[in-house]
Amino acid sequence: MMNTMTKVSHTEHHGPASGLGRWFFTTNHKDIGTLYLWFSFTMFLIGGCMALMIRAELFQPGLQLIQPEFFNQMTTMHGLIMVFGAVMPAFVGLANWMLPIMVGAPDMALPRMNNWSFWILPFAFAMMLSTFFMDGGAPNFGWTFYAPLSTTYAPPSVTYFIFAVHMMGISSIMGAINIIATILNMRAPGMTMMKLPLFVWTWLITAFLLIAVMPVLAGVVTMMLTDIHFGTSFFNAAGGGDPVLFQHVFWFFGHPEVYIMILPAFGIVSEIIPTFARKRLFGYSSMVYATSSIAFLSFIVWVHHMFTVGLPLMGELFFMYATMLIAVPTGVKVFNWVATMFRGSMTFETPMLFAIAFVVLFTIGGLSGLMLAIAPADFQYHDTYFVVAHFHYVLVPGAVFAIMAGVYYWLPKWTGHYYPETLGKVHFWCSFIGVNLTFFPMHFIGLAGMPRRVPDYALQFADFNMVASIGAFIFGFSQLIFLVVVIKTIRGGSPATAEVWDEPHGLEWTIPSPAPYHTFSTPPEVK
Amino acid sequence: MSHETYYVPAQSRWPILASIALFLLAYGAGTLINGLKTETGNIGLVLVLSGTLMMALILFGWFRHIINESMEGKFSPQADLSFRWGMSWFIFSEIMFFIAFFGALFYVRTLAVPWLGGEGEKGVSNMLWEGFVAEWPLLTTPDMQQFPGAKAVIDPWHLPLINTAILISSSFTITLAHHALKAERRTAIVLWQGLTILLGITFLSLQVIEYAEAYQELGLTLHSGVYGATFFMLTGFHGLHVTMGTLMLIITWLRVLKGHFTPDNHFGFEAVAWYWHFVDVVWVGLFLFVYVF
Amino acid sequence: MKAALILLLVSASNVPYARAEWQLNMRRGVTDISHSIFDLHMLIFWVCVAIAVVVFGVMFWSIFHHRKSRGAKAHNFHENTLVEIIWTLAPFAILIAMAIPATATLVKMYDPSDADLDIQVTGYQWKWRYQYLGQEVDFFSNTITPSEQINNQAPKSEHYLLEVDNPLVIPAGKKIRFLITSVDVIHSWWVPDFAVKKDAIPGFINESWTNVPEPGIYRGQCTELCGKNHGFMPIVVDVRTPADYELWLAQMKNRKAEEQSSAQQSMSMEALMEKGEAVYISSCAACHQLNGEGIPNVFPALNGSLIATGDISQHIDLVLNGKTGTAMQAFREQLSAVDLAAVITYERNAWNNNTGDKVEPAAIDELKMAAKQ
Ligand code: HEA
Ligand code: HEA
Ligand code: CUA
Ligand SMILES: [Cu+2]
Repeated sequence: MMNTMTKVSHTEHHGPASGLGRWFFTTNHKDIGTLYLWFSFTMFLIGGCMALMIRAELFQPGLQLIQPEFFNQMTTMHGLIMVFGAVMPAFVGLANWMLPIMVGAPDMALPRMNNWSFWILPFAFAMMLSTFFMDGGAPNFGWTFYAPLSTTYAPPSVTYFIFAVHMMGISSIMGAINIIATILNMRAPGMTMMKLPLFVWTWLITAFLLIAVMPVLAGVVTMMLTDIHFGTSFFNAAGGGDPVLFQHVFWFFGHPEVYIMILPAFGIVSEIIPTFARKRLFGYSSMVYATSSIAFLSFIVWVHHMFTVGLPLMGELFFMYATMLIAVPTGVKVFNWVATMFRGSMTFETPMLFAIAFVVLFTIGGLSGLMLAIAPADFQYHDTYFVVAHFHYVLVPGAVFAIMAGVYYWLPKWTGHYYPETLGKVHFWCSFIGVNLTFFPMHFIGLAGMPRRVPDYALQFADFNMVASIGAFIFGFSQLIFLVVVIKTIRGGSPATAEVWDEPHGLEWTIPSPAPYHTFSTPPEVK
Repeated sequence: MSHETYYVPAQSRWPILASIALFLLAYGAGTLINGLKTETGNIGLVLVLSGTLMMALILFGWFRHIINESMEGKFSPQADLSFRWGMSWFIFSEIMFFIAFFGALFYVRTLAVPWLGGEGEKGVSNMLWEGFVAEWPLLTTPDMQQFPGAKAVIDPWHLPLINTAILISSSFTITLAHHALKAERRTAIVLWQGLTILLGITFLSLQVIEYAEAYQELGLTLHSGVYGATFFMLTGFHGLHVTMGTLMLIITWLRVLKGHFTPDNHFGFEAVAWYWHFVDVVWVGLFLFVYVF
Repeated sequence: MKAALILLLVSASNVPYARAEWQLNMRRGVTDISHSIFDLHMLIFWVCVAIAVVVFGVMFWSIFHHRKSRGAKAHNFHENTLVEIIWTLAPFAILIAMAIPATATLVKMYDPSDADLDIQVTGYQWKWRYQYLGQEVDFFSNTITPSEQINNQAPKSEHYLLEVDNPLVIPAGKKIRFLITSVDVIHSWWVPDFAVKKDAIPGFINESWTNVPEPGIYRGQCTELCGKNHGFMPIVVDVRTPADYELWLAQMKNRKAEEQSSAQQSMSMEALMEKGEAVYISSCAACHQLNGEGIPNVFPALNGSLIATGDISQHIDLVLNGKTGTAMQAFREQLSAVDLAAVITYERNAWNNNTGDKVEPAAIDELKMAAKQ
C-alpha cells in the first residue's frame, strides 16, 4: 500500500481522494482543518448539553433533575470538553485551514504529523467520555482537578482521565510544533515576519505557549498518577508533599492555557475589523508587541487563581501586580481595534457583528478579570459565580464568538458560496441576547455570594439563576441556526468571488473560492 | 531560505494507525493500573502489549518510509529545516516536562517541608505534625507510618559521579562521531558512535544497580516520602529518556553502517545527537540538585 | 441590553440592603476588613465602568458615524506613536492608583497577631469542626436542612442550606484567630460578612482572623469543591456579647462533663435505636443513603452488608477509626460515646439487618479513652 503512495508525484495537482479514506489518511491541511472544525463543533454540542444540564438543575433551588454526584461530573466534563475539545481544536482547525494560505505555503510543514495530531483527539475524547460508563462514574473533581480530591478521593476512572490528558497533550504539542515550523519555515519569498497577518502572529505565539505548558500539564497528571497508584506523596503532607503544589503546577499550565484560548481570537478579530472598516489595522507592530507581552506575562501570574490558598504576603502582592499589568497590553489591543474602526467606512456583515460583539463583551470579561486580580477583593469573589461570569465572558462571547466570526469570514473562501446573510444575522442576535442573558446575571449572584460548583443554592439567588438558565437555553438552541447556516453554505448558495469581501488584505483572497485542494505549489511573490 | 517545490506527502495510513495504537496503549495502561488495586483486568496487560507492539511496528514502518523518501532525495533543504524546527521544539517541550518535576522538587524543598517542620510563614502547620523536624534530604517524614522515610540517601560521590563522567564523555564522543561524519571518516564514526552507545548502556546499567541498592539497602523507594518521590520521578524519567536516546543511537548507528548519511545530509544523525545532549544537560541538573545539594 | 443591566447594577449598589432576595452587589459586611474590601470593590468597579464608557463610547460613536451606509469614506491612517504611548501609560497609571489601596488592605488582612482567642477550624467531608484552643471545647457543625426540603417534598425554610446544628460561637469585639485546616480534601471557610475566606488544606494550617463588632448570626458556605456534598456544607457563626459568650463557654464545658457521665449509663434498645437513627441521618446518610443501600461502586451499602451484620468489633473499629484512603472518616472524635453506640446499634438493626446486637455506650467510651492514651 505504501508503494502506490510514494509513487504519486506531488507537484502535479490532484484533488482529494474519494470515500472515507480521504479523511482518515489525509495529509492535506484543508482536510485536516475541516476535520478539526467538525470535531470541535461536535464537542461544543456535547459540552453544551452538559452546560444545559447544569443550568436546568440550577433553574430552581432544590434538587430536581440530577443528583449532586452527577452534577459534579457534569461541571467537570463540561469544563474539560469545552476547553480541550471545543475551543482549542477550533482554533487549531482555523490555523490548519488558513495559516499555510496566509503565509503562501503549499501545506503545513509536517503534513503527516498533522494528521496524527488530529486523529489522536477523537480517541482521547472517546476515552474521556467512556468514563461516564465506568464504576464510580466520570471525573467529578472540577476541570482544575485539585488534589487530593482528584487523587486519594477520586473515582477509579481518574486513571483513564489522566491518560486522556496525556493523549491530548501529545496532540497539542505536535500540532503546535507543526504550526511554528510552518510559520518560521514555509513563508513565501518576501513574506517577512513583520508582514505576517496578525492571525499568523498570534498563532505563532500561541503555539509557543502550547509547547511550553502542555508538558507541564503532562507532568502534573503524571504526579497524580504516581500518587494514586505508586505510593508517591507529591500532594500529601504526610510524606512531606503539599496539595497546594498541585495547584502551582496546574496553574503554571492553566493560566497560559487561558491565553491559548484567547490569543488566536485576537488574531481573528484583527483580521476581520480592518476588512469591514475598509482600513488598515491600526498599530500593527504594537499589536505584535502587545501579544508577545501578554504571552510573557502569562508565565508569571498563575497564583492569581490561588489567592485564598494561604500564601505568603509577598507572593500575593507580586502576583497581584503582575496580573494587573496584563491589562496594559490587552488595553493596547482593544484601543487599536477601536482606532481601526475610527474613521473607517464600516459595514456590518455577520463576521463584523461577531467581531464587534467580541470587542465589547471580551472587554467586559477582561475588566471583571481585572477586578479578580485585586487580591483582597478576590477573597470575596473567589470561587463564586462572579468568577464563572468572568471566564464565560472571555470564553463564550470571547473565544467562541471569535471562532464563529472566523468561520463566517472564511466560509465563502472554503466553500465557494456566500452564507445566507439574514440567517447569519439572526444567529448573531439570538446568540448575543442569549449569551448576555446567561452570563450577565452571574455577576450578581456571584457578588451576592453564591459559590460555584454547587448543585443547589440558597433562596436569595433564585431569580437570577432562573434568568441565566433561560438565557442558556436560548443561546444553546441558537447554535442550531449556526449549524443550518454552515450546512446550507456547503451545499450551495450564491457563488463567492475570489476576493469575497470588499478589497480585503491577505493572500487568502488572491486564490479562487472555493480554495483549490492544493494552493501555492509554487510560492507566490509577496511585495 | 530557498523555495524548491516543497514535498507534500500523499495520503498516509501511518498516523491513524498510530492513533489507534496510542489509544490501545493508553486504555490498556488505565485498565492495567486500575487492576493493580482491584485485582481485575488482565485485559489491560493484553491491550498494553498489543498497543506497544503495534506502535513499535508503526514507528518502524513510518520511519522506514521517511528514510526511503529521504534517500530518494524528496526532501529539499527547506524540508530539512522543517525537521530541524520540529526536533528543536520537541526538545524544548521535553525540557518543560522536566521543569515541572524540578519545580516540584524546589517547591517542597524550600517551602512545603520547612512549613511542615514549623519554619516560615506557614510554620503553624507543625501543630499537626508534632515532633516533625524539617531536613533535606527528608529521611524522617511527617507520618512515618504512612510514608516510612529512607535510612540513607545515595552518596553522590560514587555511582552518580561516575555516571556524570560517563554521560558527559558520551556527549563528547557523539560530537566526535559527528565531526567524523562530516569529514567522511567512516571507521571513526562507527567507533565513536559505538562508544557513545556503550557509554549509554553503561550509564543505564549503573542506574539499575543504584536503584537496586536504593530499594534493597537504603529503603529509599517511591513510597519513602517526597524525597523518594522526587528522586525517582526525576531520575526515572531521565533514565527513560536515556533509554530512548540509546535506542535512537543504535538505530542511527545501524543506518551509519548501511551508509545512509552523507556529510551534508544527515539530519537523522543530528537529531539524535541533539537529543543526546539534552539528556546530558538534564543529568547535570539532576546531579547537582537531586544528588549533591 | 448591556447598558440596562449596568444601570441595574449601579442602582442596586446604592441600596445594598434593600431586598435580601434581590441582592445584586457584594455584601458590605460587618468588619473593618470587609468594609475596606467593599470600598475597594466599588472603587475598581467604578474605574472599570468609566473605562468601559470611554472605550465603548468612542467605538459606538464611530460605528454610528463612520458607517458606509452614511457615506463615510475610509481614512488612511494606521499608526501614531504618540497616541500609542499615551494609551499604554494611562492604563498603567490607573493600575498604580488601584494597586495602592489594594496593597494597604491586603497588608491589614495578613496580620493575625495579638489574637484574643484561637480557634482551629477543620474541614471534614462535609462538616466543620471547631476546636477552641486551650478551652477544651470542641464540636462539629453539621448542616440541618432536611432532605425533604432539598428534594422539594417540603417547603424550603428561610435559611435553606445555610443552617447548622452547632454554630461557631464567638465573642463580639474580640480578635479571633482562625487556624484553618482539613482532614480529607481541600475545603474553604468563607463568611462573606467577615470577608474571611481561607482554604482548608489537609496537612497544613492557614491562618486568618476577624474582629466582629456587632453580635448577630452570620452565614457562609464552603467554597472549594470538596466532593458530593460540597453544596451542603454551610457555616453559621453566632457572634455574642463577651458576657453571653462566657456563659455559653461554661455551658459547653458542662455539657462535656454530662456526656462523660451519661456514657456510663446503660440505655434501652429503643432509646439507642431512636438516637441512632438521628445520628445516622446527620452523619452517615449522605454517603450510605437513608435506606442503607449506599451508591453502587462509590459508597458501600450497609443494608445486608458484612460490615453491619458480621463481626461487631470490626464494625465498631471501622466507625471509630475510619478507613484511610476512602471517604470513610474516623468518627471517634466526631461523635459522643452515646451517639456512637446508638448509631452502630442502629446500623446493625435497621432495614433488614436484624442482628439484635446492642452496643453499650460504656464499651465505646472505654475504646475512646484507650485511644487517647
Ligand atoms: C480566554 C480566557 C481568559 C482570559 C482572556 C482571561 C483574562 C484575564 N483573567 Fe481570567 N480566568 C479564565 C479565563 C480567562 N481569563 C478562567 C477560565 C478562569 C477560571 C478558572 C477556574 O477557576 O476554573 C479565570 C479566572 C481568573 C482569576 C481567578 C479568579 C478566582 O478564581 O478567584 C483571575 C484573578 O486575577 C483572573 C484574571 C484575569 C485577568 C486580569 C485577565 C486579563 O487578561 C484581562 C485583560 C483585559 C482587560 C483589562 C480589558 C481591556 C483593557 C482595557 C480596555 C484597558 C484599560 C483597562 C484598565 C486600565 C483597567 N481570571
Ligand atoms: C470555552 C469554554 C466554555 C464554554 C463555551 C462554555 C459554555 C457554557 N457554559 Fe461553561 N464552563 C467552562 C467553560 C465553558 N463554558 C469552564 C472551564 C467551567 C468551569 C468548570 C469547573 O468548575 O470545573 C464552566 C462552568 C460552567 C458553569 C458553572 C458550573 C458550576 O460551577 O457548577 C455553568 C453554569 O451555568 C456553565 C454554563 C455554561 C453555558 C450555559 C454555556 C453555553 O454557552 C453553552 C451553549 C452551547 C450549547 C448548549 C450547545 C449547542 C446547543 C445546541 C446545538 C442545541 C441543542 C441542544 C440540546 C438538544 C440540549 N459553565
Ligand atoms: Cu467543603 Cu466544599
Ligand atoms: Cu489566570
